[in-house]
Amino acid sequence: MFDTLTDRFDGIFGRLRGKGKLSEQDVDEALREIRLALLEADVNFEVVKSLVSRIRDRAVGDELSKALNPGQQIVKIVLEELTESLGGEAMQVTFSSKPPTIVLMAGLQGSGKTTNSAKLANLFKSQGRNPLLVGADLQRPAAVEQLRTLGRQIDVPVFSEASDPVSVAKASLEEAKRLGRDVIICDTAGRLAIDEELMEEVRKISEVLDPQYTFLVVDAMTGQDAVTVAESFHNTLALDGVILTKLDGDARGGAALSVKEVVGRPIAFASTGEKLEDFEVFHPDRLASRILGMGDIETLIEKAEAAYEEEEAEEAAQRLMEGTFTLDDFLHQMKQIRKMGPLGNLLGMMPGMPKEVRDVEIEDSQINRLEAIILSMTMEERTKPEIIDGSRRNRIAKGCGMKPQDVSALVTQFSEMKKMMKQLGVQPKKAKAKKGGKKGKKGRRGGGRTTPKGNAPLVDPSAVLAEGVEEFQGLRLPGLPGGDE
Amino acid sequence: MELLIVILVVLAVLLVGGFFFLRNGRSTHAPTIEPSALDSRDAELEQIDLGSGDLDADGVLVDRTVDEAAAELDVDEPMEEPEPATFRDRLGRARSAMAGYLGSVISRGDANAETWEELEEALVRADVGVAATMEILETVRNRAQEEGIKDGAAIIELVKDEMKARLGGQDISLAEGGDPSVWLFVGVNGVGKTTTIGKIATREVAAGKNLVLAAGDTFRAAAAEQLTMWGDRSGAHVVRGAEGGDPSSVIFDAVEHAAAAGADVVLADTAGRLHTKTNLMNELSKVRRVAEKGAGTVTETLLVIDATTGQNGLVQAREFTQAADLTGVVLTKLDGSAKGGIVVAVQNELGIPVKLVGLGEGPHDLIPFDADEFVDALFS
Repeated sequence: MFDTLTDRFDGIFGRLRGKGKLSEQDVDEALREIRLALLEADVNFEVVKSLVSRIRDRAVGDELSKALNPGQQIVKIVLEELTESLGGEAMQVTFSSKPPTIVLMAGLQGSGKTTNSAKLANLFKSQGRNPLLVGADLQRPAAVEQLRTLGRQIDVPVFSEASDPVSVAKASLEEAKRLGRDVIICDTAGRLAIDEELMEEVRKISEVLDPQYTFLVVDAMTGQDAVTVAESFHNTLALDGVILTKLDGDARGGAALSVKEVVGRPIAFASTGEKLEDFEVFHPDRLASRILGMGDIETLIEKAEAAYEEEEAEEAAQRLMEGTFTLDDFLHQMKQIRKMGPLGNLLGMMPGMPKEVRDVEIEDSQINRLEAIILSMTMEERTKPEIIDGSRRNRIAKGCGMKPQDVSALVTQFSEMKKMMKQLGVQPKKAKAKKGGKKGKKGRRGGGRTTPKGNAPLVDPSAVLAEGVEEFQGLRLPGLPGGDE
Repeated sequence: MELLIVILVVLAVLLVGGFFFLRNGRSTHAPTIEPSALDSRDAELEQIDLGSGDLDADGVLVDRTVDEAAAELDVDEPMEEPEPATFRDRLGRARSAMAGYLGSVISRGDANAETWEELEEALVRADVGVAATMEILETVRNRAQEEGIKDGAAIIELVKDEMKARLGGQDISLAEGGDPSVWLFVGVNGVGKTTTIGKIATREVAAGKNLVLAAGDTFRAAAAEQLTMWGDRSGAHVVRGAEGGDPSSVIFDAVEHAAAAGADVVLADTAGRLHTKTNLMNELSKVRRVAEKGAGTVTETLLVIDATTGQNGLVQAREFTQAADLTGVVLTKLDGSAKGGIVVAVQNELGIPVKLVGLGEGPHDLIPFDADEFVDALFS
């Protein structure tokens, strides 16, 4: 698992605890860690330099000296600087008063232009527009066929012809008029920024179309070269924004930051999955904590949403806090959670998890063993584990091929954990009470401590961090001693 | 008793999930993903019109209808023998990001602290990664001290030697010996798996091999068409299934077909997948297992990596090798301004050798990896 920036800071500042004030040397050490973290996240070298120097300016000023917890303070400064650099405001796409509004997509091979052309068309369609997709990628075999298939899926017409890309672009203007489409999205062939011939071609396409928006499609996994690429495309096409793709992987996405810094154009959209709906307006704050490898609570929630029956998860969480959570619930939830990926990864996404817990390697086999024990119990035993006596225990142990002690351990620890959860449960219940009694399918939403959603910054990441620590410290204390047994 | 930790984690995840479900009703948010998102590929693909195709004698769908526009451009392309690409003439087009640093190191003469810093930056700029860079420079620093080497230019040579030593000396041939052999191509989306197969097919068929291409990417729209076009160009037989079908069965069919037809090698395409998608990675493990169910043996599992890939490439390699036992790496798109330094990190940490390099779009632009030329180009 990655060393998170917070871990590293824990190390540095642990040694400095008790020192009232940080010396410049201390700050330098912290800055070195920041630099490494940014480089490992593929943030461009030049950008890292300027970022680090900005962070230094703030950190050695009095801002830090008065802080109670300099470590947290530095993390906060870094996050703020990153969020700032990524562009605070979300980009607004406005439609031309004289249709059609024309969008040109450009980028390297394999960055996802064709798929994202369709995703963009789908988004515009859901906003009540009538897009026309134009296949000007006559280079890659079957690229137009791919666009046509995608067009069929979202019910958007696709125009292309067997001529050359510039003529296709030109003809598409007529076609849009003929079909009465008010947005044109033109997919182009992937090209290398150093391929002068092809760059000239895309420039001609741009000249013919005179697009309102030119988007560069950038793969979130791109390394240091992202800047070179973005600069060349910007010089040729005058970009308006960037579409960041494959953000559903675990790439830190530092390239996005570099591109933003260097060409000064915002990241407009992010593609977060393989389905055509997995496309959204970009959230700078999320990417900031992701680049730093800090807990990514947003992604965790997204994963949870993907794997969970929402209603069911909510009920389970509810029962957990009321203390009526059974082993059967546990089994079921564990299955759901396993769908979200390796438990170790999930753990890493949780902000504020104590390092001891985060570093535990969790093997699938351990979970399988746990599952086996519960599966060997009768339904009654799962609901009321206290009825498990010696003979039942032996039977269960035989059933799952483990020792009777393992069965006991599971039962005891589960009930201890349950108690603890119940204690924790007091807090969120309060929040819940505020929402009023109606617990219809929709009533549940938007209660308690909700921050307005939409394209909103969800929660201040450092606040989540602090909160996370609070919440999980409760979990950890009674838990860990058991872990050493 | 590590069971405890597992319980703790499950509950913690549930709790965090639960808290946030309660706190932030996500109704106004982007379309929520269906709980059964794991099977969504299948569901989604039901809507796709499978296009026209004919069943051939083996009951395998053989599609000859390709998009006219693309077909016209591609199929009749003259197949003369161009000169095979070389690193030098391809990579000469882009001035290396390293050049500036190296010039500065050389002009300084005797090395000082700044020299090492610049070397570090130069390697990181080429995506070699912080860890591998530190390791390489540490070795070189020790060697320079032992041998009393101080001159900047000489130190650069040491760095190159060290990198060549780390990358070179590997068996980069593509293994055969199965009856038929199966070469499986895996990787994240958009790295160039299908194109790589097309290029290898062209090369191997020209060398007199009898090949079958398996269109195992049943997910991406028109991926099978793309492979079919390469099949037409190279003269290799393409076995494909329905879009949205089970990739394992397509590849199994292809292996059966190859065995019956006495073909030497099956080149099996797979859908691009992010290594973080557990279910898709499991699917890949299954593909690999099923490919050996019949007569065939998987003799190569090649990870295709795009030269622009940054530090995530290392994570990709780690996950893919866990799922499918990689035997090598194919580094594509090296003709751009990116230098593909990530393969140094991959080789360094996982010991998976680079076998092939893609230097352009033409069928002859895929060449065997040469550590010396690669490192020289990196430093050019």
